[in-house]
Amino acid sequence: MLNVLLRRLFQAALTVLVVVTLVFVLFSVIPGTYASSLQADKRDVSAEVLERIEAELGLNDPLPQRFGRYMAGLAQGDLGVSYATKRPVADMLSGRVWASFRLACAAILFAVCIGLPLGFFAAMRRGSWLDTATMTLAVSGLSIPAFWAGLVLMYVFSLKLHWLPTFGYGSGGLKHLILPAITLGIAPMALLARTTRAAVLETLNSDFIRTARSKGMSERRLVLRHLARNAFVLVLTTIGLQFGSMLGGSVVIEKLFAWPGVGSLLIDSVGLRDIPAVQGAILVIVLFFLLINTLVDLAYLVVDPRIRYR
Amino acid sequence: MTKAVLDVRNLAISLSDGAVRVPAVEGVDFTINRGEVFGLVGESGCGKSLCALALAGLLKAPMAVSGGQILLEGRDLAPLPPREMRRLRGDKVSMIFQEPMTALNPLMTVGDQIGEMFVLHRGLTPRAARLKAIEALEQVQVSSPERRINAYPHQLSGGMRQRVMIAIALACDPALLIADEPTTALDVTIQAEIVELVLELCRAKGTAVMMISHDLGLVARVCNRVAVMYAGQIVEQRSAEEIFTAPAHPYTRGLINALPRLGRRLERGQERLTEIGGVVPAIRDFPQGCRFAPRCTRATAECRAAPVAMTDLNEGGRVRCLHHV
Repeated sequence: MLNVLLRRLFQAALTVLVVVTLVFVLFSVIPGTYASSLQADKRDVSAEVLERIEAELGLNDPLPQRFGRYMAGLAQGDLGVSYATKRPVADMLSGRVWASFRLACAAILFAVCIGLPLGFFAAMRRGSWLDTATMTLAVSGLSIPAFWAGLVLMYVFSLKLHWLPTFGYGSGGLKHLILPAITLGIAPMALLARTTRAAVLETLNSDFIRTARSKGMSERRLVLRHLARNAFVLVLTTIGLQFGSMLGGSVVIEKLFAWPGVGSLLIDSVGLRDIPAVQGAILVIVLFFLLINTLVDLAYLVVDPRIRYR
Repeated sequence: MTKAVLDVRNLAISLSDGAVRVPAVEGVDFTINRGEVFGLVGESGCGKSLCALALAGLLKAPMAVSGGQILLEGRDLAPLPPREMRRLRGDKVSMIFQEPMTALNPLMTVGDQIGEMFVLHRGLTPRAARLKAIEALEQVQVSSPERRINAYPHQLSGGMRQRVMIAIALACDPALLIADEPTTALDVTIQAEIVELVLELCRAKGTAVMMISHDLGLVARVCNRVAVMYAGQIVEQRSAEEIFTAPAHPYTRGLINALPRLGRRLERGQERLTEIGGVVPAIRDFPQGCRFAPRCTRATAECRAAPVAMTDLNEGGRVRCLHHV
């Protein structure tokens, strides 16, 4: 058990190293620096000022030197200082991580609470109108661009019905959370509905369900004691993967709803070529993914007796 | 109480494919008496497993019983509401299946899976059912049952899992046990052991056994009476000895000749094992007349003209053949 966790930790560290390196290299390949982004912003900045800024931030140093400097800081838990705000990146992230985490949790909750039952009932009534409707919904949910769905939701529920606020974080209450969470949760919900349907059908066809029937139990008991758990085991991975990738997936949605999370920080920082902030945001997204994956693996230990890590 | 545990009369099972109805099993008649071991033999796809599932009310769409009667201890099963049928299933009729590897729920301990029978049919609390489950495991000769009760199926060997299946099936002392190829998936070395165990327990409990198999040797050895199925029909029904020593139907003869025996090829100067020429007709194009006629060396125009009925044999038993031996 401890062994597993240690191995996980090592793998996580390796993943982080690769990601950080990749981002650093990519940003030195694409054109533009923080200084040039200021100019692109049509601010009246003279060439001398730009040169001074570049020199101050060390942007003219060779790549290995910049990378070494950043990694040395990271190794000590220092995420660096944002070029744009001159504030420590860790400070900038701290409030935003919570906002993004809330959004991700609400979205996965929505996806699971709607997607699982939909897929389940579709499978139990295979071939019925409910099945057809659910699967149509699932395909639509997977193919509709999330930002467009978000705009439609905004239009209907905020502008027309006035039920919910259009965008923003508000004072941290639930009202502001609902629309972005649903928008973010639509695709995972659709995917979960499909996966659940397939899992339930597969389980229904298995021999042990036939055995359970031959024992003479009610359908209710059959579903609760024999079907549900076995089907859930098949769906758990999908839930985990969807949840894990939610912070990364929320980048566009956060921007759309002006949600002060890690995603909107990432977009703003990319525009500004504010590399420390970009690195920090990506780091959070990667760590969240790794964390959720580990949690799912641990959950399997509880749910499925066939899995025992050595 | 009647002597017959199970009385199957003119049973028909059809595959409904939209508006089309294809008969898969037709005119199946047999009775199984109290405590008897009855064998049902046939090739894969001849309909023997369909019959078994029909008896337990477990046929799944698109298959359904389309005619005839099934009487369990004199009671017709057809008009029973699902609730009643559920009460009989597992309690009066139970089944063991071919694949012990997949027939048990992988996420439940074997104790819970056996104990479930007592909860369902005897109204015991889970705690009391657990004790009964230990007893049941002991009966199927699993060592240290109080420990094994907490094992999950994947921790047990195939033979052990089949023992668990047997414990489940016989937990409530059913009147009839349907064993659908119970040893096919097992190692040859433990097949005999498992069959012996089933028979011994059933003898002790007075449970009748319907042994479904494609293994003619096994069936002849352990059964009192045997029915041979071909293409959805019973073609011969005899005592186990007679079917082996004096098979009446050409198909049965073919099956027995096809049994490999050590040294026989040498004796007869044969290169290859004996086989029955031709293939089993597909369910959608069963012949008009005798279904075996296309593969039969004795077939005449009469055989092909109209369906052949079962006739009584002088020496006892019945056969579906115009030119039987």
